[in-house]
Amino acid sequence: MGIIKAVKLAFDYLKYDDDGNVEDTQRAVDDVSLDIQPGQFIAILGHNGSGKSTLAKQMNALLLPTEGAMYVDGTDTAKEQDLWKIRQKAGMIFQNPDNQIIGSVVEEDVGFGPENLGVPTDEIWRRVDDSLTRIGMTEYRKQSPNRLSGGQKQRVAIAGVLAMLPKCIIMDEPTAMLDPNGRKEVIRSARELNQKEGVTVILITHYMEEVIDADAVFVMEEGRIVLQGTPKEVFSHVEELQKLRLDVPQVTLLAHELRKSGLPIPEGILTAEELAGALCR
Amino acid sequence: MSIELQHVSFIYSPGTAYELHALKDISFTVHDGEFIGIIGHTGSGKSTLIQHLNALIRPTKGKVLYNGEDIWEENYDRRALRSQVGLVFQYPEHQLFENTVLEDVCFGPLNQGLSKEEAEERAKKALASVGFREDHYGKSPFELSGGQKKRAAIAGVLAMDPKILVLDEPTAGLDPKGRDEILDQVRALQEERGIAVLVVSHSMEDMARYAGRLIVMDHGAVAFDDVPGNVFAHYEELEKMGLAAPQLTYVMQTLRANGLMVDPAADTVEKARDSILAVLKAERQGVV
Repeated sequence: MGIIKAVKLAFDYLKYDDDGNVEDTQRAVDDVSLDIQPGQFIAILGHNGSGKSTLAKQMNALLLPTEGAMYVDGTDTAKEQDLWKIRQKAGMIFQNPDNQIIGSVVEEDVGFGPENLGVPTDEIWRRVDDSLTRIGMTEYRKQSPNRLSGGQKQRVAIAGVLAMLPKCIIMDEPTAMLDPNGRKEVIRSARELNQKEGVTVILITHYMEEVIDADAVFVMEEGRIVLQGTPKEVFSHVEELQKLRLDVPQVTLLAHELRKSGLPIPEGILTAEELAGALCR
Repeated sequence: MSIELQHVSFIYSPGTAYELHALKDISFTVHDGEFIGIIGHTGSGKSTLIQHLNALIRPTKGKVLYNGEDIWEENYDRRALRSQVGLVFQYPEHQLFENTVLEDVCFGPLNQGLSKEEAEERAKKALASVGFREDHYGKSPFELSGGQKKRAAIAGVLAMDPKILVLDEPTAGLDPKGRDEILDQVRALQEERGIAVLVVSHSMEDMARYAGRLIVMDHGAVAFDDVPGNVFAHYEELEKMGLAAPQLTYVMQTLRANGLMVDPAADTVEKARDSILAVLKAERQGVV
């Protein structure tokens, strides 16, 4: 069993009337099964409202499945007594950097998680040192988070998750509110953690350039997974992706257009070099 | 209608330890019907710049002229100017506050002194022109999705019937579908109403598709002011400013490095495709 495993998972949002009776149900995730192996870098795509975030929130038991089951490192998230174990194993990074920083000094913010787990003080400091080093933020440790850039704040948030010693980090559009430099910083950090330390990363994003190096890509629509595979496989379906109103990397789109014009170019081209190779034979 | 900046400089907190030269000797003119992209990394002065356009901040040095008149002359009606030059801030959805969408959009025109009926008529027209669904007019702004909120906020500015529309990162935080819808509608407004549009953006790809002119800001100064293709040709300089050209520019450069002499200024997929096909055809015919 993988680190994150969903079995025929479904989730309904319930709307209540003034008396607390269920007035309406809306299925946000529908019949999703996936099995993510430790050390993988996974990307989830889909437009707003497709169920990506609802799925992500079940990966650390912020939401519990209405039907089916979710397992984090073999533990069923529906078991309430294991809640803290699950949240320690699977950390979550959200979109807005300002909503997830609570400490008034960077190092205190990073230490907040382990402190809540009851980790001994000297161990907390060791983890804070370690997390800040791994994310390259040590020189900011005594600063106020308010004075950091958006990208730096997101990295502090990642350091805070790392201090919990997680096996898996789920990032829900962590770069949506950042400028291009901040975006690069955050993605570089996530990639390093994944490649050097084997932390499993699940990245929800709209930016295709963040996706092309992933081990696997899942595309969601109306709560279901409608496309999955390696980036090359998924981006071979240019017209389907366009129908879903998702972006396709410009080079992939260009290759697709040239192919439609009759040139012998394979589908699923992801880099300029591949295209040059196909054209300049 | 035109707005002209003449040697505008702006200094935050002059004479203190926090003194910051946010704008340095900026000059350019915005004409009717232009779609201008303003690009620059965080801290390059973009937001300071756009706040000069409707007199929210006063230049430390230099002049801002609207239709040839200095907007900082003593008797100039700056209040009227602010309805002529509509400014939509980043995350405009944070500025919605009324009980219903329609009331929120009426707020501007009511403040301009229009009657309730006239204001509602303007508001409905503005909401329609941003593609806002009529059955949502009575909803609370807080029930809307991110894209709908942005549209409601843009309609709030449009309802004042501006001649120039300035949008600060109107697509931040939206998905690709929402982003395309907003930019398509902004373009339709620019074409139908003939108004000038300035969009602050981080996305070179978007600006290549929509803008006719790009102003690139770097350290408070204008680094480039040209059509997008010409700006992207300076991709190495853009990188030094912490920016990047669209992915296509790099694709075209890579192809050229591999001996395929395609047009380096092609900045949309269509132009790139046509250029590649033309070069291949010429090669086959032995012209090259």
